[in-house]
Amino acid sequence: MSTAVVVAKGLTKRYGGQRVVDGIELEVRQGECFGLLGPNGAGKTTTLRMLLGMTLPDGGELEVLGHGVPQQARPMRRQLGVVPQQDSLDPDFTVSENLRTYASYFGLSGRVLEQRIDELLAFANLEHKSGARIDALSGGMKRRLTLARALINDPALVVLDEPTTGLDPQARQVIWQRLRSLLNEGRTLIMTTHYMEEAQRLCDRLAIMDHGRILDVGSPAELIARHIEPHVIEVHGEGLDAWYGQQGRALAVRSERVGETLFCYARDERRLVDSLCEQPQLQFMSRPADLEDVFLKLTGRDLRE
Amino acid sequence: MDGLRQLAMAPLQLLQDLFALRWYPVWRRNVRVWRKLAGPALIGNIGEPLLYLFALGYGLGQLVGEVGGLDYITFLASGFICASAMNTASFEGTYSAFTRMTVQETWNSMLYTPLSVNDILFGEVFWGATKSLLSATMIIIVASLMGAVHGWAALWALPVALLTGACFTAMALVVTAVSRSYDFFLYYFTLLLTPMLLFSGVFFPLDGMPGSLQQASAMLPLTHAIAVVRPLVTGQPLGTLADVSLHIAVLLGYGLAALSIASVLIGRYLHR
Repeated sequence: MSTAVVVAKGLTKRYGGQRVVDGIELEVRQGECFGLLGPNGAGKTTTLRMLLGMTLPDGGELEVLGHGVPQQARPMRRQLGVVPQQDSLDPDFTVSENLRTYASYFGLSGRVLEQRIDELLAFANLEHKSGARIDALSGGMKRRLTLARALINDPALVVLDEPTTGLDPQARQVIWQRLRSLLNEGRTLIMTTHYMEEAQRLCDRLAIMDHGRILDVGSPAELIARHIEPHVIEVHGEGLDAWYGQQGRALAVRSERVGETLFCYARDERRLVDSLCEQPQLQFMSRPADLEDVFLKLTGRDLRE
Repeated sequence: MDGLRQLAMAPLQLLQDLFALRWYPVWRRNVRVWRKLAGPALIGNIGEPLLYLFALGYGLGQLVGEVGGLDYITFLASGFICASAMNTASFEGTYSAFTRMTVQETWNSMLYTPLSVNDILFGEVFWGATKSLLSATMIIIVASLMGAVHGWAALWALPVALLTGACFTAMALVVTAVSRSYDFFLYYFTLLLTPMLLFSGVFFPLDGMPGSLQQASAMLPLTHAIAVVRPLVTGQPLGTLADVSLHIAVLLGYGLAALSIASVLIGRYLHR
């Protein structure tokens, strides 16, 4: 049932003595959407590039779609679709010419291809743009065309590096719908993202990476349950310290001060909320714990540049 | 050490990839792009050599008279065929290829498909060669209209122009591999290609030059291209089969050596 599409053992990449990916273990199951999360420089893109056979690992074993990578990268790529971070569409070609040219790299041509191009243009909502130049497309249209291009060879596995970065909310919704329909067709997706709500919505399982290591793997719900109390209350305002010392400390399971804001974590939030309601000078927001809390707990709140 | 071993293995892998013909769609892509912009490109291809042949051929020709038993314009036109093959290929292999390697990420997206670095490089080399063939053809047509071409044997200059184009595209790809910006290409053009253009016998025969310069000139691939093309176009005797084979072998040697280096260096860059 759940055959592995990707198996990585001890996968390592060094750049000038620094271990950018440090012996990671990874398994991606067939038909799932697997997310790679991590701050900038965590090693996500390098990991992804190794899966594609683009970056050559310095150590470890890697199998993608049953082929050893990088040795067997060529047959593996026949079944692979890639949506890179940069669209890298051919600016000299029209929309449909982009698809046709990309198909030629897979040795595809003829009537079957033309039919496939029509289907993909419909899938990407670009039927009316078939003859348009690339620079006439919006960011969302380019992203959809890049997604369509990745599907030209009917791939079993689609790898997406930050598929919705820089898109407006409408354009992101469309991409999400399309990615769901790919999952419904039984394809496996691997994606990196900086958007926690995107990961929470789309990913069946995800790995949180930092400093070249995988910190934890699981479904969004599992990760939240494993690392964070179910409720989070964010409090700020005058008298915060006094309230915390008198009541907050005792009522919260755990709390954390970030700048002007206090994060209180609780299994039962009612007593905290009641206590805060009696403090009109304090503003607070009570919400369920989410993936962002897990992410920040595991990778820290320091800026990465 | 690792690099040397890779370099030693490169020619064998290249030969294998050459005959696998996976490079064809890469070549085809460049042809498709070129067809979109063919108008201005063709005008450049015809216009520039026409101007040079007119200005230098007639202008200088009046002063110079005959060179090595040839009208100056005939002498010049035969050299120009090779020089323009060199120029066309060098521009394609540097500025255009660099754009596809970096700015447009064309090569990156090709590597997400079953294509390999060598497939891409062969596609580029044959495309550079194709463009060189086009310019050489244009010049032969223009030159023959000016009466500077003697007989149908000149058509044999075309395959030599193709080879010259392939050789110079491969060399340009090495420069592209070590370049991190467009500015770097100026070194290549100023320090290598311009001297090559001046001291390979395009504008004047080398017999009158000092011996050391003649020896240096004999190392340049353009000299060898001209040594074959000039007799074919002007009707002068071609030399022995051994002579011609040597000239061709030099072009092939430069091309294969450059392509091997480019394969290792560009492979490292794209698979970094």
